[in-house]
Amino acid sequence: MTKPSTLRRILTTDLPVALIVLFAMAPFAWMILTSLTPSALITSSGVSLSPAGWSLDNYWRLIEQTSFLMNMLHSLIIAVGTMLLGLLVAVTAAYAFSRFRFPGRRLLMLQFLLINMFPVVLLILPLFVLMRRFGLLDTHVGLILANSTVAIPFAVWMLTSYVGAIPKSLDEAAMTDGCSRLTTLRRIVLPLMVPGIISTGIYIFITAWNEYLYALTLGGRNVRPVTVAIQTLIGEYQIEWGLLAAGAVVGALPATLLFLFVQRHLIGGMTQGAVKG
Amino acid sequence: MSIVTTTRAAERSGSFWRRAHLTPYWLLAPAVVVTAVIVFLPMLQAVATSFYDLILFRPNASRFVGFGNYIKLLQDPVFWTALWNTVIWIGLTVPLQMGLGLITAILLNREFPWRGLARALIIIPWALPSVVIALMWRWIYDPNTGVLNDLLIYLSVVQGAVPWLADPHLALYAVIATLTWQGFPFFAVMILAGLQGIPKSQYEAASLDGASPWRQFLHITLPGIMPVLATAGLLRVIWVANSMDVIFVMTGGGPGYSTHTLPLYAFIKARQNLDFGYGTAIAVTFTILLGSFVAVYLARTMREVEK
Repeated sequence: MTKPSTLRRILTTDLPVALIVLFAMAPFAWMILTSLTPSALITSSGVSLSPAGWSLDNYWRLIEQTSFLMNMLHSLIIAVGTMLLGLLVAVTAAYAFSRFRFPGRRLLMLQFLLINMFPVVLLILPLFVLMRRFGLLDTHVGLILANSTVAIPFAVWMLTSYVGAIPKSLDEAAMTDGCSRLTTLRRIVLPLMVPGIISTGIYIFITAWNEYLYALTLGGRNVRPVTVAIQTLIGEYQIEWGLLAAGAVVGALPATLLFLFVQRHLIGGMTQGAVKG
Repeated sequence: MSIVTTTRAAERSGSFWRRAHLTPYWLLAPAVVVTAVIVFLPMLQAVATSFYDLILFRPNASRFVGFGNYIKLLQDPVFWTALWNTVIWIGLTVPLQMGLGLITAILLNREFPWRGLARALIIIPWALPSVVIALMWRWIYDPNTGVLNDLLIYLSVVQGAVPWLADPHLALYAVIATLTWQGFPFFAVMILAGLQGIPKSQYEAASLDGASPWRQFLHITLPGIMPVLATAGLLRVIWVANSMDVIFVMTGGGPGYSTHTLPLYAFIKARQNLDFGYGTAIAVTFTILLGSFVAVYLARTMREVEK
């Protein structure tokens, strides 16, 4: 009885799932294989499927001949900056939304949701004009501010749902004991928010790290994040797929690993629509 | 315990929460001020710019043209091409993502030994930077050395190499395939969460009554995940409509205008011709067209929050 049912499960569940997993993973796996095949071999005989033809050649070239590590540093500065700014302003906002009932609350919450729906293209053009006027083009600050247009509303909504899950009676108890509002936030609510803050922060980091259009438009020669740098690896005359693949793998790695780490915690915020992409 | 009861009493008397009625505004001020400066100010600027004839590096030649850019827009054949492409783009991508996501979610909701692993692996496309996705698929679609043509020729599906991204009739669909790949994990994860919220007892009762798996799907599963499908679908329509980075890197809108969507057209106009007046006019028009979806979505979400 168990044997045919296991077989049936394999045919109706494991096999289709395996096909979907293959579909989801194959393109990136192909990219990894490409990055492991030396460029000369790609043009002569194609991507090497067997480990015999593999080498780290493309990765060495990426580190030695290009400024890729510098680009990683720029991305790191921008992503961490966006994360800090986003969390800093969102923590108090989330506390206010979840703990107070005040005139304009609904409207303000709506406003943060609305911002997330704005087309990037509507913001990117005026931001370019404004940042050009204030000398913010090609600076870390400029890109941190641009990425914050996505990060702040996202963080506000995520954290509001996290604070909402912390019982109000804890605040009330602290305040009866003589704590002020801000002390209560700092001593009682903030420590309980830590898991929420971490996963929200990581998600902001990922989004800012992966962001491309702002980086392309508002960045430049001095500040060139990884996503833009990967594209410049394409080469002037012919496409260097091996080098490009190595850059893509290295550039995608930090965000992908972090994503696998936090994905479980994001579902709650997602159903409220705060997640982009 | 006694503390809780006394605070309850204080709350009821009203003095407790009302004492500092300005506090929430102070707490909100940083977030509101920053977003006002980096979102609403630029947006107003965009609306203003759309009434000007502004070529960025000839600022002195800038002049007010009223609705001139918008009138020009209606007579611009590329605008209509881009609008039609946007409709196909959304109309195919979102249902394909949703369909594949639904199948994936139903499969992942079953019991099998490596479920956790499968779930984590399926999410990978979602985590990758869009520029990596776009370049990766360009490499796969490459007419000379791309693996897709090799594979299809090997399987005798096609006779010769297909120039996926260089053929004006194929390019848009090739990009849609890429976007479907990128977006289905989002639906899978959302729908899976919805499926897990349906009580098992409903299925048990239904099979006792002799309902076929198909009828169970139709009468239990589908109604159960309808709210999730609606929310995720709306969110995705807005997101897919807005997303232009993958198309931009894959085709740059070409060949010709065959993969121009409205936001991409606005971006290219401003970026390549530095025609910011006309570019923002396209962007504003697109935003207004998208507005109805956004309004429905906002109304739904705010209703949830009020509950």
